[in-house]
Amino acid sequence: MNPGFVASQLFQTLLAVSLAPLMLGWVNQCRAWLQNKSGPGWLQPYRVLLKLFRKDPVLAHNASWLFRLTPYVVFGCMVLAVSIVPVLATDLPFSPGADVIALVGLFALARVFMALAGMDVGTAFGSMGSRREMLIASLAEPALLMVFFTPALISQSTALNTIVEVLAHRELTLYPSLAFAAVAFVMLLLAENARIPVDNPTTHLELTMIHEAMILEYSARHLALMEWAHALKLMTYTAIGIALFMPWGIAQAGRWEMMPVAIAALVLKLGAAGGGLALLEMLSAKMRIFRVPEFLGMAFLLAVLGMLTHFLLDMRAV
Amino acid sequence: MSVPITSQLIDLMAALLLLIAFAMVSQRRILRLIHLFAFQGLVLSVNTFIVAIAIHRPELYGSALLTLGLKVIVLPWLLHRLIDRLNVRWDVETLLNIPTTMLVGILLVILSFNLALPISQLAGTITRGTLGIAMASVLLSFLMMITRRKAVPQVIGFLAMENGLFFAATSATYGMPMIVELGIALDVLVGVFIFGIFFFQIRETFDSLDIHHLEKLKDRG
Repeated sequence: MNPGFVASQLFQTLLAVSLAPLMLGWVNQCRAWLQNKSGPGWLQPYRVLLKLFRKDPVLAHNASWLFRLTPYVVFGCMVLAVSIVPVLATDLPFSPGADVIALVGLFALARVFMALAGMDVGTAFGSMGSRREMLIASLAEPALLMVFFTPALISQSTALNTIVEVLAHRELTLYPSLAFAAVAFVMLLLAENARIPVDNPTTHLELTMIHEAMILEYSARHLALMEWAHALKLMTYTAIGIALFMPWGIAQAGRWEMMPVAIAALVLKLGAAGGGLALLEMLSAKMRIFRVPEFLGMAFLLAVLGMLTHFLLDMRAV
Repeated sequence: MSVPITSQLIDLMAALLLLIAFAMVSQRRILRLIHLFAFQGLVLSVNTFIVAIAIHRPELYGSALLTLGLKVIVLPWLLHRLIDRLNVRWDVETLLNIPTTMLVGILLVILSFNLALPISQLAGTITRGTLGIAMASVLLSFLMMITRRKAVPQVIGFLAMENGLFFAATSATYGMPMIVELGIALDVLVGVFIFGIFFFQIRETFDSLDIHHLEKLKDRG
């Protein structure tokens, strides 16, 4: 393995990990602007993380090793996930090792640990949050796989870097199937990242919480890692969305001179995606939890329709 | 080997129509159903327009204009007036298991894609790929008519089915002759008028627009 390869991987992973809280801050800031508030500033998530890392953790008496291990597992999973996704360039040593299906598995691993930790201490809210999270996850995961299958069918590969190579460097063709997949993906992004139509990230009412209820018992560095992992997850999903549905500008394998263009394109696209996400959240109201299966069923349907229209319409375009 | 841009646009419009058909099946509110119906008409009209440009058929421009006038402006306007008069503008249907209906819808799509595949392989039109979608939207509108209990959504389902048939005609044979199209347009218009009168009769007799009341037969001699 040549050093350029490793450097590209390291640079990209570090960039994504360090930018993730900024992305979250940007979304929150956009939302504040849209609500006519001044907002806490883009850098607020960094300040929160810094504050949390300085404090001493408080653990419940009956917290087991699982509870203490979970933040590291979850954070590790998210770092690994963001290393697989081609953010700046498509030559990633990690990428051939894990395809999109393994990526979905990584998310599942993190989720299982988080849900177990939520139930570990034995508080009512924690286990309620875990159960709700699993309800959503069990419906979102098959839909997410279906979303990935459509670009995989177009590019004849399940490895993310191959998909991006094929999609980014073809002549411009409209794929109706990709449009379906994109809409389904946005719905899943909202559900999986605990954004507004499914879960309210800023809620203070435990009864309506889903994601927040699971991590109620965490404090200090554990909480910081959980929050950071949450920001990373949003970053990973956005990066996947960008890689699959608007990959233009990403640097080709082994072309370092394209890096500045790729960074500029990435920043622009992330900014636009964050603004769009804030707008989407502003325009919708939180759903009742029993409406969520319907919402995710719709996402699954769209993903399946994307695959079907690929067989009907795109085949002659290939 | 690239596909011409018009053909790609037609595919995109077809995909949009399929999406709208599903949205209509899953929509509970009458008002949004009418908006969706108007939007479906608009997509249909744009699609006909693109086909007309692609194959240089002037009569299709007329057909596109007719669709625009009738299905985007006149019919939705009539339906809006109707629901205002009936005072059902904010009606919501609750008795509808949407996920199950969706799954049945996916099965219908697979069925119609399979049915359309041999036909579209024989056809030489640039719109041949969209025949499956046209059949799917006809069947989905049919499904919508079956699953609804209120009279107004059923009629919208019926009108959406006509839209699907129109799309099928465009994709299979570049549209029907003008005289047939005009006849159908008139039929649809008159149909909506008659349905409107019918709604008032149903409501006067049963105090509700729920068509399940029609199933009870009275044997009063």
